[in-house]
Amino acid sequence: MEKRKIFGYKRENGTVGVRNHVLILPVDDISNSACEAVANNIKGTMAIPHAYGRLQFGEDLDLFFRTMIGTGSNPNVAAVVVIGIEEGWTKKIVDGIAKTGKPVKGFSIERKGDIKTIAEASWAAKEFVQWATELQRTECDLSELYISVKCGESDTTSGLSSCPTVGNVVDKHCASGGTASFGETTELTGAEHVVAAKAANEEVRKQFMAAFDDYANLVLTEKKDDLSESQPTKGNIAGGLTTIEEKAFGNVEKLGKKTKFVGCLKPAEAPTSPGFWYMDTSSAAAEAVTLWAASGAVIHLFPTGQGNVIGNPIEPVIKLSGNPRTVVEMAEHIDLDVSKILQGEMTLDEAGDLLIECIVHTANGRVTAAEALGHREFSMTKLYRSA
Amino acid sequence: MIHFLIHEASDNVGVAVVEVATGTDLIGRDLHSNEQITARAEEAIPLGHKLALKDFAVGDSVIKYGNVIGQIVQPVKTGHLVHVHNLKTKRWA
Repeated sequence: MEKRKIFGYKRENGTVGVRNHVLILPVDDISNSACEAVANNIKGTMAIPHAYGRLQFGEDLDLFFRTMIGTGSNPNVAAVVVIGIEEGWTKKIVDGIAKTGKPVKGFSIERKGDIKTIAEASWAAKEFVQWATELQRTECDLSELYISVKCGESDTTSGLSSCPTVGNVVDKHCASGGTASFGETTELTGAEHVVAAKAANEEVRKQFMAAFDDYANLVLTEKKDDLSESQPTKGNIAGGLTTIEEKAFGNVEKLGKKTKFVGCLKPAEAPTSPGFWYMDTSSAAAEAVTLWAASGAVIHLFPTGQGNVIGNPIEPVIKLSGNPRTVVEMAEHIDLDVSKILQGEMTLDEAGDLLIECIVHTANGRVTAAEALGHREFSMTKLYRSA
Repeated sequence: MIHFLIHEASDNVGVAVVEVATGTDLIGRDLHSNEQITARAEEAIPLGHKLALKDFAVGDSVIKYGNVIGQIVQPVKTGHLVHVHNLKTKRWA
């Protein structure tokens, strides 16, 4: 593929972003209101409220810090104000984000109260947003973008059209030196051997199967029935999907025809080199996209059958559908209509090229349907109960 | 007009890509070989839903994408709808 150019934000550490957010990031649930107050005071900033950050421990706490530091470190973010109840964890997140070289300041509420904290943090936010709005987009290679892929509200048209369209783009993007990531561990059930066969080497294959077996065992341990109430979802079933195996074979169409995956990532872990990466994620859309955004992904490709509406605060989500009903009934949520594939009036290669055009436009600054509609779902993955 | 698609030649169900009425003679396409196939709908098949391309007995495997996607739990005749009432997962049963 020829080197396509985009206009993005080259960050201090060399990564390329397509958005220029100034985040007001709460360390914990009880700092949400201070963050929202700062974002209300200072226009052009964005608070990301969430439900966690207190009394977590062990691997769950590691994942929490990886998610928070990763979100602030994402190349779509110009600068970050961090607010937490206590100084220690606030500083840990600030120090983690500061490694990227971007401006970041932390504030803690204890011994000060909300009002004074909000005032101090608002001064910092104002300084950051005025600095960030002067940053200019520069010409970058499309292949410098890290793209994540995951489908939702799938139906049988997903496996026939929108998912293989994404697979076509994965093949083209990775062949040109780009970085991409897939996941949705439980939704590979029934097709896990197809995924395993796409591992670049035996070690990667073993790591993938270990992550898959771990998740599969969780389902087998916790399930009370055949999961027919939740996987496939009611929406999947309404769209003609019957079993998890059928859903999985549609899902893996996103992996492309030629690309091998080069490594396995823990949730919210950043890829260490270009290429295609498996990440161990839930199949719930907002949780999974939040993990990819925290791993540094700057654009998400989201094939949908019945019409999912998800967005993310910092990672633009591009939605495509091949269901001729959905592209009409859910039109405001769909960025790309690939329904002509079903009648043989569009090839997968043509659809893939259209999706690349859509990525270029989005990277250059055109807002996605989800951004225009204000979808900012930030859902942290929690591994187990807090202490 | 294409009424239904199959992913691989070995698939024993097809996916309706338009709303199909009972009694319709159907034109289908094999996505892999691009060959045309025909069938007849013995009941209504909603867009996106599956049509049996053979008679299934209880315990038979349903093949789609050239792979097993589950097991038949109620007999199904050719041309009828295959869905949650007669097909179940083999993995989480």
